[in-house]
Amino acid sequence: MITYWSIILAVSMLLYVLLDGFDLGVGILFGYTTDAEQRKNMLGAISPVWDGNETWLIVAGVVLWGAFPEAYGTLLSAFYIPVCMMLAGLIFRGVAFEFRVHAHRSRWIWNIGLSVGSLCAAFMQGAMVGALAYGLPVDDGRFVGDNMSWLSGFSVISGVALSFGYALSGAGWIARKCEGKTRDSALRSIPKLTAVVLLLLIGLFLYSLSSDLTVMQRWMDRRVLFVVLLVALLDIFAIVISTRRGDDALLLKAIIVLFICAYLMFAISFWPYLIPFSVTFVQAAAPASSLSFMFWGAGLFIFPLMLIYTFCSYYVFRGKVGS
Amino acid sequence: MELSALFLSRLQFAFTVSFHIIFPSLTIGLAAWLTALEALHRFTGRAVYRRVFEFWLKIFGVAFGMGVVSGVVLGFEFGTNWSELARASGPIQGPLLTYETFTAFMLEASFFGVMLFGRSRVRPGFYLFSTAMVAFGTTLSAFWIMVNNSWMQHPVGYTLVNGVFVPVDWMKIVFSPVVWVRFPHMLLASYVTGAFCIAAAGAWYALRGESRPEARVMLRMGLFMAAILMPVQLVFGHLVGDYVHNYQPVKFAAIEARWHDEQPASEVLFALPDEDREANRYQIAIPILGSLIASMALDSKEVGLVDFPRSERPPVALPFMTFRVMVACGLLMLLIAWGGSWLAWKGRLMQRRGLLWVIYLSFPLPFIAILTGWFTAEVGRQPWTVYGVLRTADAVTPTLTTNAALASMTIFCMTYVLIFSFGTYYIYKLLHLGPESAYQAKSPQGLSNRPLSIASRGVDEM
Repeated sequence: MITYWSIILAVSMLLYVLLDGFDLGVGILFGYTTDAEQRKNMLGAISPVWDGNETWLIVAGVVLWGAFPEAYGTLLSAFYIPVCMMLAGLIFRGVAFEFRVHAHRSRWIWNIGLSVGSLCAAFMQGAMVGALAYGLPVDDGRFVGDNMSWLSGFSVISGVALSFGYALSGAGWIARKCEGKTRDSALRSIPKLTAVVLLLLIGLFLYSLSSDLTVMQRWMDRRVLFVVLLVALLDIFAIVISTRRGDDALLLKAIIVLFICAYLMFAISFWPYLIPFSVTFVQAAAPASSLSFMFWGAGLFIFPLMLIYTFCSYYVFRGKVGS
Repeated sequence: MELSALFLSRLQFAFTVSFHIIFPSLTIGLAAWLTALEALHRFTGRAVYRRVFEFWLKIFGVAFGMGVVSGVVLGFEFGTNWSELARASGPIQGPLLTYETFTAFMLEASFFGVMLFGRSRVRPGFYLFSTAMVAFGTTLSAFWIMVNNSWMQHPVGYTLVNGVFVPVDWMKIVFSPVVWVRFPHMLLASYVTGAFCIAAAGAWYALRGESRPEARVMLRMGLFMAAILMPVQLVFGHLVGDYVHNYQPVKFAAIEARWHDEQPASEVLFALPDEDREANRYQIAIPILGSLIASMALDSKEVGLVDFPRSERPPVALPFMTFRVMVACGLLMLLIAWGGSWLAWKGRLMQRRGLLWVIYLSFPLPFIAILTGWFTAEVGRQPWTVYGVLRTADAVTPTLTTNAALASMTIFCMTYVLIFSFGTYYIYKLLHLGPESAYQAKSPQGLSNRPLSIASRGVDEM
């Protein structure tokens, strides 16, 4: 049962990163163009799906609470400030998305809200992942640091890296969904974004080496990680090739694979820890009576239906927007 | 009270949850009413029902979107501000909220899109079914929330293992008798809220002399619905009082501002409770009525606050006042609903401009009643988070600093005030445009999950 809920949590979080990742990325890129036509196309590419994408954050949140209550309390109290900032960013951006259509004089506020809100949420998520890898002060399953423990050079670089990563994902989505100028400028930005993401990841790697993070030992122990790394390198090659050829279908797939690789890198290096390296999935798990209560309704029936629905709604919106 | 992380966390939760509850309480009622309208249209074939439906569907969409946006923060607050509660009661509250979220996702995923954008794409029977499923889904959402909150009011079906609430009997938790009086009480409150908002809008158009057929439908349906529901609501309110009387005697004493044991007990109509002196100032009380309300007897003994140590008493003035405001709103609504219905029945309502004004201006009453009712329930539960077991002071995140709490409080207040002002502004604009705007609909932009986007079809023309 614990394994089942670990998988559901992992799948929900991966879906969130993949799906909301690209629409947060579009939100970030939105701030870097002033062309009204392009802006309209960019938002058109995410307008049918962004709301559903964000739902996966809430799904992951409640699954974490219901199935792993100890980790929920510990993580959210450790990440008090980044979580609040992320939520404010997400709310602001969601509202901006709807209100900017109606606004005339105040449209600029919503334009800023959209890109700054997206950027804020992306950065905070990256910083939290970075802080997890860097290590949180946890004693006997309880967070013992202060409200700023999450902040370190490592977590800041992680935050910036994830923001660029989401922007890359967003550019891939725009290239796939849009046409003309909008698609061209998205394609043009991809080599630059890929390069920056790679540089930041190398930076994070060197940082881990120099400060001898626990994560690094994992790398030596778990050789399968090098397979993931190899796939990622081949995949970057695929990104470069597909961008050059303008094959946006392959490009988007390659970007998705890149994200899955990064996700697997973390998952494999952290396993069996839910909070590395102090609380395991088993330690954080709710009692069996809670897990089975959730399993026989939400887990067994509703979750698969949610996956099917998500798949169907993307299938309905396949192809270019507006064609 | 000094500005502590605990106090700020309570304030922040109270602020965000009060703000949030406004929208679900409207949408739960509206969803049920929209289903009724759609069914009426389908079986009578009268076009006016369809026009009223299309018009209110937009308002429903905006209110629903506001509810979703404002609700996101709440679940996370359990972890950020109340990490000790999240850890201890997570095995019970976590699964309940998981069901709530999954149910809501299901509803939004499958039927909400059809309801907002699918009218032309599905058969009428399926459209009616989808509308009914949305109403059912909102109700189910409310149900899980009420199970969750009722468990905090009256924890059952658990054992404590190392300070963690381990569920042992889910049937007891989900089918707790407290749930089955509080859930109907909340559901009826939502229906009454919907009814009053509909009637108020109808009165507004009637006063302006616009859209007369639609105004008539709104006024009659809203008032009749409220006239039937209000007495039932009073009965359930009384039953909720019974559970408080039986399970939370100290809350009951606080609501009644009863300091000492009395036999027979009097009912305090008005007073200024003074917690330091353990007495009331400026008290107006009716003898014996207190026993009658509490135990349905003329000579029952009712307990007073001083029977409980100070450390286990809730604040007195706030639950005492909010409860009275709630009851006053309820009685006022009963009066308006019955008076309005009587005249509507006689066909004289449209000529009574005075009464139309009263109905028009009555729309805040149900919202005030819901908020004050919740204040009574939640403040009255203090100093406990899980009644009798976990104190609020022990539930707060131990590492949270006052500055961080102040920062988040400021951020959320600003964000919520901003979206609230714009959201209500759009609802006001939609209402102002009136039912005739409903048929200026452009072709929908495909199936969408975005409830707020439905409003754009009306507001764009302004």
